[in-house]
Amino acid sequence: MQGDPRAAAERAARESYGKLVAFLAARSRDIAAAEDALAEAFATALVQWPRDGVPDRPDAWLLTVARRRMADAIRRRATADAATEHLTMIDAERREGAPETIADERLRLMFACAHPAIDPAARAPLILQTILGLDAASIAAAFLVPPATMSQRLVRAKTRIRDAGIPFRVPEQEELPERLDAVLAAIYAAFGAGWSDADGSEPAKRDLATEAIWLGRVVTAQMPGEAEPAGLLALMLYVEARRSARRDGGRYVPLSEQDPADWNGLLIDEAETLLARASALAGVGRFQIEAAIQSIHCARRATGATDWAAVLAAYDVLMALSDSPVAAINRAVALAEIDGPTAGLAELDRLASDRRIAGYQPYWAARAELAARMGNMADAAEAWTKAIELADDPTVCAWLKDRLATATARAN
Amino acid sequence: MQYMLLIHMDENAMPPASTDEPYAMNESYLAYNAALKKAGAWIAGDRLKPTSLATTVRMRDGKTEVLDGPFAETKEQLGGYYIIEAKDLDDALGWARKCPGTAFGTVELRPIWAKQD
Repeated sequence: MQGDPRAAAERAARESYGKLVAFLAARSRDIAAAEDALAEAFATALVQWPRDGVPDRPDAWLLTVARRRMADAIRRRATADAATEHLTMIDAERREGAPETIADERLRLMFACAHPAIDPAARAPLILQTILGLDAASIAAAFLVPPATMSQRLVRAKTRIRDAGIPFRVPEQEELPERLDAVLAAIYAAFGAGWSDADGSEPAKRDLATEAIWLGRVVTAQMPGEAEPAGLLALMLYVEARRSARRDGGRYVPLSEQDPADWNGLLIDEAETLLARASALAGVGRFQIEAAIQSIHCARRATGATDWAAVLAAYDVLMALSDSPVAAINRAVALAEIDGPTAGLAELDRLASDRRIAGYQPYWAARAELAARMGNMADAAEAWTKAIELADDPTVCAWLKDRLATATARAN
Repeated sequence: MQYMLLIHMDENAMPPASTDEPYAMNESYLAYNAALKKAGAWIAGDRLKPTSLATTVRMRDGKTEVLDGPFAETKEQLGGYYIIEAKDLDDALGWARKCPGTAFGTVELRPIWAKQD
């Protein structure tokens, strides 16, 4: 395949896009300029490589061309005086030639993208664009935002990084937990945006989950001493392992009805190894706990049963770490499995005043199931109807309607 | 890079003081100023007299309007500022976090726009 220049350029893009953006923008912090220069370098590669052959080190070749393009762009744009310092810097770098190995600055770039001074809604999109080179339109589709809005959000964030002085830096130890959590949360948001298309009918969305796992691998590899990156990667792998089991011929299959034989054992094994490694490191974070909960669910593969007491205990730890209404709902469901639906429903009642809950479909679905189990069909039907209204995934919506119909028929 | 730290606070919550003589800076600000100077980050910094002493000027249709009072009536007012030299936003945020103004007000950080020579 060495001879196929398009494939070589695409391979180089996949493997080194983020590295090159991070490297090119590290000093000037000008991400947009680095992206533009790199886009031109890739375009040049597609013209030259078929003619002259693919260079030995495609990434070094792209870096050299992109640096030249960046210098040209500065000459064109800036007044002579203002550009001198920047040009001197770039020219000095060009004389040094492409380095033997291009230092991997992607982690620093990710910390800049997830900086507290960046709009939280822009962080995951920014990482997807700068590290992976995804275009604004596909990111917008995944995050259910109009393309123009997403473009504007990305441009604004890049301008902020450049002009407000946001550094490309891995924070000091004292700040690290909070800042790392922002990076990991952004990656998990990208994973979630991809996963909402569980049946895979929108390939761009499905790919986003794969890309998020890849980002998780990058952070885990670069921060081997930190537990949470490994925790997040394990969590994503557990969830990914059950992807195909979540659908049966277009029908939604809830976790409790999934056949563990349909789960991807290799991914679960990898997740188990990662989680064990994370547990051996200092510090417990939410991603590790969430991964542990998934691990308990996946243990059904070997034991045939779910250890609900362990699930409940893990949710207790999770809720002590973060005030998440989603965790509280899942805890109530676990409690119902142990102490019965009345106890679970009492827990859900206590959440009802939380405003974040009213529009959250799984809350109403959980209420419906527990009310139905208690034989309270009027409440169950009402909750299912609300859940159906709120479900944006058509297969989940169909499943909820089916649950409502089955329960109503049984009651009559 | 240079940054301006704008200290916004509710001036009505401040203890009343006579504005016709120099004020006595409290211990925390004295220590903060000394730390800025020691680190070479200090460029300037001052406390402003309250907005009851503010005058607003603007030119409209060729006429100068002079009004008593601040630019905008807000719950919190600009009460003081610093101009500091910082390596980047994180460095500036480190100084902003230590600023005594964060304890009772809000500190806004603005990068200073470098001008052409």
